[in-house]
Amino acid sequence: MVNKTIQRKSNFKNWFEKEGSAYTFLSGYALMFIVFIVVPVLVAILLSFTLFDTIQFPKFIGLKNYVTLLTQDDIFMKYVLPNTIQFAVIVGPGGYILSFMLAWMLAQLPKLPRTIMALILYSPSMTSGVAMSVVWLTFFSGDQNGYLNSLLLNYSIIQEPIQWLQSPQYLMTIMIVVTLWSSMGVGFLAMLAGILEVNPEMYEAGSLDGINNRFQEIIYITIPSMRPQMLFGAVMAIVGTFQAGAIGVTLSGTNPTPQYAGQLIVNHIEDYGFLRYEMGYAAAVSVVLLLMVLLFARVANKLFSSNN
Amino acid sequence: MMKLFKPRRHSGIHYSGINPKGYHPSQLKFYVLLLPLAIIMLLPMVFIFSHAFKPPDELFAYPPRFFVTNPTFKNFIDLFSKMSGSGIPVSRYLFNSIVITAVTIGASIIVSSTAAYALSKKRFKLKTALFAINTVALMFVPIAVTIPRFLIIDKLGLMNTFWVHILPALAMPVGLFLIKQFIDGIPDEVVEAARIDGASDLMVYWRIILPMIKPAIATIAILTFQATWNNADTSSLFINDESLKTFAFYLTTLTSTTSGNTVAGQGIAAAASLITFLPNLIIFIFLQSQVMSTMSHSGLK
Repeated sequence: MVNKTIQRKSNFKNWFEKEGSAYTFLSGYALMFIVFIVVPVLVAILLSFTLFDTIQFPKFIGLKNYVTLLTQDDIFMKYVLPNTIQFAVIVGPGGYILSFMLAWMLAQLPKLPRTIMALILYSPSMTSGVAMSVVWLTFFSGDQNGYLNSLLLNYSIIQEPIQWLQSPQYLMTIMIVVTLWSSMGVGFLAMLAGILEVNPEMYEAGSLDGINNRFQEIIYITIPSMRPQMLFGAVMAIVGTFQAGAIGVTLSGTNPTPQYAGQLIVNHIEDYGFLRYEMGYAAAVSVVLLLMVLLFARVANKLFSSNN
Repeated sequence: MMKLFKPRRHSGIHYSGINPKGYHPSQLKFYVLLLPLAIIMLLPMVFIFSHAFKPPDELFAYPPRFFVTNPTFKNFIDLFSKMSGSGIPVSRYLFNSIVITAVTIGASIIVSSTAAYALSKKRFKLKTALFAINTVALMFVPIAVTIPRFLIIDKLGLMNTFWVHILPALAMPVGLFLIKQFIDGIPDEVVEAARIDGASDLMVYWRIILPMIKPAIATIAILTFQATWNNADTSSLFINDESLKTFAFYLTTLTSTTSGNTVAGQGIAAAASLITFLPNLIIFIFLQSQVMSTMSHSGLK
């Protein structure tokens, strides 16, 4: 018995001498990662199977939240899901392709103009939403003092000022434009760096192999040689797209947005979680959102994984 | 030192317009496409500058004018002489933001770089698995788990504390990922050699790794800065005590539709926007070459 304890102790000591320092170095990050990422995701999954109003202890109700979400939540099916898909498909791949094309064109320029223009294109993404809301609220302001209204009135394109941010038919378009404007973020910089790193001999070899225009060069040389950066950029684009979901509420100033026109899945979560206190249901919507992100990322992975 | 590990580009190769050394007429078409776009992208930012210096009559002029004609500091003076609705001077919000951002950046650099060193250069059983988990977490969308985070922060007693601004920001998968990839570029031999000379892990990390990964550190500093300085959600969700809230939060109270329409409010909001935006820009201008060199290691395999 005593022997065994000693044995175990020296095992632990051995292990600690070998691997302990690695875990010590990891511990700070790991602790924060577990507390603020792993546990919240697990709690969201657990809560999604319960009825929880923040006052009483969560009550297990099985898949009922998901069933309600899929069969009875008219707002989710009629507005939130289509809006989210529309927004995600345009802003995600749209912003991503735009980022790549801009990065590729920038790579054709000498260093100084390239750096200046990269800075200009990147800068909108530096300050997400908060500082920029002043600009957009003034630009799209609903009275005749709004810049867009004033401009259009001046050229007699419209006769009456339009309530841009309050009208269901314009809100989504404005959200998409504003988000695209700020979509050249970290992924864009990664792709620019990736394009610049492609070994020039590859292009030389390509031209010997019969590649004779820039488009073929992009498809057959540039993109395959920078798959890892393409994938990183794609993941950043996906995350950025879903993370940007609060923009509709910021612009219109209300949750729910006017006639649910700009209602995205993150606003739906907030609506149920913090306005109606149906935390269990909101958690189920969160889980659906996380699954959507994973699904998109899987597609990106299929496209750019270095295994094929 | 870094130049050792970065293969220099062959300069003798003439084909391919990528990364040219100077101007060439073939670049003209790219300028034609990029310049107008860059100008359009720039307009909202020029507007922030211009708007913040407008006197009241220009702020509400009809037709509205884009550029300021008689610039004045009045909006900034108004901003700082004003108390928020609950009697907190605006400088207090700014002070909170500066302290919170500085502490978060420092803590984030230490926490991410130590973990990245372990994941890149140490040998242990769970190494690959842990890095894979972090890579999956790159896809993590914090906004999706606001509610569980709220419950956890409440349970941990972090509600209404200074720490709630800092701790969640330290779990930044992108940061760890970028530093780890960058450290991978340092040959193992460098670390081994120091080991043989009797250096401890802490010495290797401090004397060898840290000085070599300055670009990655700069990148993490910027990403953390952006995440913290512009963060208004933490203040509105987890803080009740007005004296612990941030400047970004104060800005959202100015632009919310209920209070933002007053004549005085517009000018103050414009000044506050500029103060929020400007540090982002300045820091990035200073550190952009470091960021670019980190980004060339950013590939996700």
